Amino acid sequence: MHDTLSIDEQQAKDRLESIWSEPGGIRGWISSTDHKKIGKSYLVTAFLFLLLGGIEALIMRIQLGGPDVGLLSPQAYNQLMTMHGTTMIFWYAAPVLSGFANYLVPLFIGARDMAFPRLNAFSYWTFLLSGILLYVAPMLGIAPDGGWFSYVPLTSEEYSPTKNIDFFAFALIFLTVSTTAGAINFIATIFRLRAPGMSVNRLPLFLWSTSTISFVIVLSLPALTAALVFLELDRLVGTHFYDIALGGEPMLWQQLFWLFGHPWVYIIFLPATGMVSMILPVFCRRPIVGYVWVALATVLTGLVGFGVWMHHMFATGLAEITTGFFSAASMAISMFTILQVFAWLATMFTGRPVLRTPMMFCVGFIVLLVIGGLSGVMTAVIPYDWQLHDTYFVVAHIHFVLVGANVFPVFAGLYYWMPKMSGRMMNETLGKWNFWFMFIGMMLAFFTMHITGILGMPRRVFTYSADSGWTLLNLITSGGAFIFALGVLLGLLNVIYSWRRGEIAGDNPWGADTLEWSTSSPPPEFNFVRIPTVASRHPLWDEHDHTADPENIRLLLEGKQSLATSSVEAADGQTVRFPSESVLPLCLSLVIFALCLSLIWQLGWAAALLTLLGFILTAWWMWPADKELVS
Amino acid sequence: MRSATFNPYQPVLPRPHERKRSQWGMALFIATEAMLFVIFFFAYFFLASNSEQWPFHEDPSFKLALVLLVILLLSSVTAHLGQRGIEKGDSKSLNLWLALSLLLGVAFMSVQYFEYSQHLKILTPTDNAYGSIFYTIVSFHLAHVVLGFIMLAYVLARALAGHFSAERHIAVKNVVWYWHFVDLVWIVVVCILYLSPHFYGTAL
Repeated sequence: MHDTLSIDEQQAKDRLESIWSEPGGIRGWISSTDHKKIGKSYLVTAFLFLLLGGIEALIMRIQLGGPDVGLLSPQAYNQLMTMHGTTMIFWYAAPVLSGFANYLVPLFIGARDMAFPRLNAFSYWTFLLSGILLYVAPMLGIAPDGGWFSYVPLTSEEYSPTKNIDFFAFALIFLTVSTTAGAINFIATIFRLRAPGMSVNRLPLFLWSTSTISFVIVLSLPALTAALVFLELDRLVGTHFYDIALGGEPMLWQQLFWLFGHPWVYIIFLPATGMVSMILPVFCRRPIVGYVWVALATVLTGLVGFGVWMHHMFATGLAEITTGFFSAASMAISMFTILQVFAWLATMFTGRPVLRTPMMFCVGFIVLLVIGGLSGVMTAVIPYDWQLHDTYFVVAHIHFVLVGANVFPVFAGLYYWMPKMSGRMMNETLGKWNFWFMFIGMMLAFFTMHITGILGMPRRVFTYSADSGWTLLNLITSGGAFIFALGVLLGLLNVIYSWRRGEIAGDNPWGADTLEWSTSSPPPEFNFVRIPTVASRHPLWDEHDHTADPENIRLLLEGKQSLATSSVEAADGQTVRFPSESVLPLCLSLVIFALCLSLIWQLGWAAALLTLLGFILTAWWMWPADKELVS
Repeated sequence: MRSATFNPYQPVLPRPHERKRSQWGMALFIATEAMLFVIFFFAYFFLASNSEQWPFHEDPSFKLALVLLVILLLSSVTAHLGQRGIEKGDSKSLNLWLALSLLLGVAFMSVQYFEYSQHLKILTPTDNAYGSIFYTIVSFHLAHVVLGFIMLAYVLARALAGHFSAERHIAVKNVVWYWHFVDLVWIVVVCILYLSPHFYGTAL
């Protein structure tokens, strides 16, 4: 035991530095368990997938820019449409939020890392490698073409005989491993590692949404896994889950897929609202109005989100009592979102809003969310849904809620937290151009689609004829898509430019209230010299000195340590130890990658061998190092 | 030691070792696995409700399933006794009971193998949708038994390496939890797949 009582600040910093520093370069990157590095890797990878999905969308928009454009064959269009949807929904929208959560959650709660740092690294590598697995298929010339929803029987072996759907299915199963591991990690982190005094009623709202969706992930992803397992058993082994001739039921796929699919919508939506609930009040210079209501609305959205899935299936001939129930539930769930919208509006009306770029994205988000929410309530009305089913109206709705309620908050978060990550401010002028290009592009591209849909244009068609009357609307949509893409590009350029040349930010450039702004920008590898204590919802706005620690009890200098507290009131600090960095998570992910490939090509012996190797690696990973055994 | 009125202004005393992180991890892992089985049973009943006759063949014989259930229940007891042993600091008792649980695990897998070889003569997974869902559920459970078995073996290896003491045995606790979960799933599997068809006949 070192003598920690007489240590001064600088000595403590030096000692923490030597404990927490990781090797640099490639070796440091592949073995890192630092949540900040992993978070940044997540963000960069997710944005690469956004660009990929965006390019796919733009090619489709060129094809649809006029009638009978011959750029794409119907097959190529189906492949692009599938890859676009799958990439955006699975490999961008949720992982980008995981990236923010990874970087920010330990900083929000005054911890030095996630609860399971190696599992965290594993989540990232499986996310990256599953995305690569998905993109192996197009590189082999067999891109999946069954849509991101991959309905059977179209995706059964009879109608999709190549390996394309197998890649889709195994990449998704692989991704669920990543997402589930991440969710478990977030829950354990949020409920165990909070700074003393940060009881649940003082949680930053982003943590309410992240813990809600983490529980939703744990409980809803098995439905997707089961659906995909049945599909692959049908395709590879020859079972008959979806084969109506031998007692199977194609509707089983739709039930399971949407039982997972609609909770997933909230998984990619709620953390984004949580980010807005933290950013918007800072720019209104006041605490959020109705904190408790917003927190409860978040939890209830996650809960009721399990009871609305059949509204994706109103046109499949379900019993009237069933559709009636799901129609009512779908309208009811919008109340919780409305509650949040009014909380944000009240915060703006009673505060003194400052229109910096993050705030502009927040306001833009509210506008888009309200439009997307309204078209959602409209399609929850069954006769209306029957009228507009499978038209561009639904495409407009999905893009308003997914782009409006995910991409816009993500950009708000990017402008807001980038100074913390890089230590430099983002360029404000470029930021405003960024916002207006995205907002106007969004309106041109997707608002127009409502009208195209009402005029009867079906979705998922590769072209249309000139006399259908949709030419001008489609041209506007295509133009808007390019303007939107330009906006996204400006934002990413701004990140790259500001990372090197931006103004120095300082610890707390926005005068914000949460703990991440109390440490330096960028934060040191150990996050906080002392684990802070918290006495209110706004640790940086109250009079409590969160670093006061005269006896140096919360320095924790005996190895990689942090404080664990009770799960509700965050009392009773106990020291916890973190494992050292390791390449094993990457190795295990690579083994699972190879396992997926061996299963796609039905190489039984290779699969068995790789499974064995996976178990050996896991055992090695879990085996404690000698120093961890010393009490 | 939980103070009823917590005052954040007071310094907090660090205590060595915190145990509950990994328990949260295991509990949530079990929750997501349990959900997978819930979905499987949903699929079972969904397929049943869309068929005129269910099961397609004769009802499955439940004698061996009950034997398997007894074996698993016994192994849960032995695993629990091992955990009780190490809670009192008795590492010998832990080793003994873990070894016995592993033996019972081997017994389960052997009887299951026999059951498969009998059952496959009547019904195969590629015969029809009933065979598909039946064998999928039973095989997924078997895979979980194998996983639990590997975990128990791993914990035994760590026990033999002298990692555990009365104060320090969280891995034992977690793995025993998982083993109980595998046991619990089998109770539901036996009830739904093996026993229930005998009650409703072909009416469903």
